[in-house]
Amino acid sequence: MLALTRKKSESIMIGDNVEVIILSIQGEQVKLGIIAPKSVSIHRKEIFEQIQSENKEASSNINITALKDLKGTPHS
Amino acid sequence: MQKLFTKHFGQIEYEEERVITFPAGLPGFPDTRQFLLLMGSTPNDLFYWLQCIDDGDLAFTLIDVYQVLPDYNPLVEQEEIQELGNLDGAPLEIYNITVIPEEIKQMRVNLRAPIVINPITRRGKQVIVSNDEYNVRHYIFEEIEKANAKTDE
Repeated sequence: MLALTRKKSESIMIGDNVEVIILSIQGEQVKLGIIAPKSVSIHRKEIFEQIQSENKEASSNINITALKDLKGTPHS
Repeated sequence: MQKLFTKHFGQIEYEEERVITFPAGLPGFPDTRQFLLLMGSTPNDLFYWLQCIDDGDLAFTLIDVYQVLPDYNPLVEQEEIQELGNLDGAPLEIYNITVIPEEIKQMRVNLRAPIVINPITRRGKQVIVSNDEYNVRHYIFEEIEKANAKTDE
């Protein structure tokens, strides 16, 4: 992992078109600004991890028979 | 006709043209790209299944959430779904992955990351929408019961 030291209002470039700016630093919190093309999706790591783990839960909790007790669902 | 042995549905047959490709896989499952959309036995069912072809053991329950939450309005940047190809005039299909635990009342839906499918190119992607109000775990059982009660009136 590359570690870079930056000060407030300095930035780094990732590739040619993604810029990450240090907007402010307060105690343990750093506020980042990100300039990137719209095709680059940016998310907090936590949300991506939540989706990964929820997908795993979904794939191991299928319970088709449990759905049959719900009205308006398949009774095949 | 192709044949596939699945864990949840036994042996199924499908035509090659029904295959839906997820070029990036799904979060947590980056290497599984080919899927089939399975439907229940009656039209306008609430639930569907996304059955993986690369791995017959892998499937996801999907919900047609608009039947329960008609105001569901996920916001997606066009650039985010460019890889679905040729978006002009294609009515995108939206489904949400659902966890169906033994205790059915605990069922929950991922409203934050719907599955978007372009039925023309048959490509799909699980997209993270920009609506902060939508949760990855949305408990939906009571809302389904309410929606069912309404249809009965």
